[in-house]
Amino acid sequence: MKQAEKEQYLREYAILKSQGKPFFPYAVAKDSAMAVVVMLVIIALSLVLGAELGPKADPTTTTYVPRPEWYFFFLFELLRVIKPPILTPLATVGVPTLAMVLLLTLPFYDRSAERRPERRPVAMAAMILTVAAMAFLTYQGANAGSPNSVDMPTPTSLSPTQAAVFNQGKLVTAQSGCLACHKIGDNGNDGPGPPLTNVGARLPAQAIERTLQNPTAPMPSFANLPPQKLSALVAFLSQLK
Amino acid sequence: MPRIKLPTPPRPSALQPKPPRPGEEDKKAGPLDVAAEGGIRAVDWIDERTSLSSATRWLLFRKVPKGTNWFYTLGSASLIAFVSQATTGVFLAMYYDPSANHAYESVRYITNEAFLGAFVRGMHKWGSSVMVVLVFLHMARTFVFGAYKYPRELNWIIGVVLLILTMAMSFTGYLLPFDQRSYWATIVGVNINGSGPIIGPFLSDFLRGGPDFGATTLSRFYAIHMLLIPGLLAALIGAHLYLVAKLGTTAPPWMKAEADPELTKATA
Repeated sequence: MKQAEKEQYLREYAILKSQGKPFFPYAVAKDSAMAVVVMLVIIALSLVLGAELGPKADPTTTTYVPRPEWYFFFLFELLRVIKPPILTPLATVGVPTLAMVLLLTLPFYDRSAERRPERRPVAMAAMILTVAAMAFLTYQGANAGSPNSVDMPTPTSLSPTQAAVFNQGKLVTAQSGCLACHKIGDNGNDGPGPPLTNVGARLPAQAIERTLQNPTAPMPSFANLPPQKLSALVAFLSQLK
Repeated sequence: MPRIKLPTPPRPSALQPKPPRPGEEDKKAGPLDVAAEGGIRAVDWIDERTSLSSATRWLLFRKVPKGTNWFYTLGSASLIAFVSQATTGVFLAMYYDPSANHAYESVRYITNEAFLGAFVRGMHKWGSSVMVVLVFLHMARTFVFGAYKYPRELNWIIGVVLLILTMAMSFTGYLLPFDQRSYWATIVGVNINGSGPIIGPFLSDFLRGGPDFGATTLSRFYAIHMLLIPGLLAALIGAHLYLVAKLGTTAPPWMKAEADPELTKATA
């Protein structure tokens, strides 16, 4: 911004300010009305949605796949979208740091005197794109199936006993941390392991059991699961066709 | 004794004091007049020692430019959300125990047994969401109106730091209930910090209080959440507001500055 533009702005601002109204009581009245609305919203959210308390933290569980607060969903989703492990630091640290640096230094690279949004197409396009990307990633993150449960429907062709085993296997899958590396339907992470949505069509039950007991690294072995749980797991996975 | 003179704030005509009728001037001072006189004396006493009245006048009776609208309340709304968080936070701190063995039990006590505990905890939890939303909206308003330009660049920078601190508040507060969700989300968050270049590993070690998530991690997060960041936030909010009062809020960019018609008439 050139010196002449600065002086021009200060002159125009002084005129607009002199034609304005005193902060008290005019702006204070609006601010107070807004304050009442904010407090009512917070109280309503507290009364309607409350604050749940989950099970106590247990450092010995290795299967809990966490989810952040909703306003960090876009970061969380960014982490899921960027797959190759080499690029992970880019998603986790690179993008947010870059965004913060760009925000902090904004007044130093946007130096034009123009303030009307319709005459700042680059700035407005950048903002709309950022907001749209954040909104999209937040939506995706919110709708990603929970990583701690499998939402596959029980096939209707199964007999009641088979359906019970199927549901037990589903539970074992969710509790054993399979979803940290495998995608099943809408749940779980797509990688590093292959998706298991149709694993029953690809492998017979015996092959699935063998893989669970003697997997290729980095997959952990499930050989020391109780036999009943293991068979339920195998039965469930072989039904995924 | 100096008598301070505050300008009369503009009032609707119905509320303006009526001029005394003839013959009423010499009425005796009633109890209300005595109380008012006492109040003025007390304010005078403070003002004689602090000269605060000029600062108050500067703060309250400065003019706000023509055309300011409801979008300009988003900043003060963020402040209200912060005050609400601070207040509910103080009440939660009365019951909360930041040790790995008792934290979960104390939050369970707040939620299930303490008087209005679930309500206050709910306000604190949802207040954080409301504050984040308001801070982002406030930033969007500043961006769209070009209010970060000369002479308000420094205030924009302080605002971005406030945004980062707000997100840091949310991150450190998420661990405190110490349930599965908060524990594992924080482990992931700290590991993500650690994957950053150069300072990343140091920052992670600082947050955990060592190479592993241990007994001191929770109290560390608690101290950061309720002493370090709130102190920084309060100080920077003060600086932010001082600059707002000093530089004035922007007029909407569509407002045209037209000189007083009286003046243009004179020059024509």
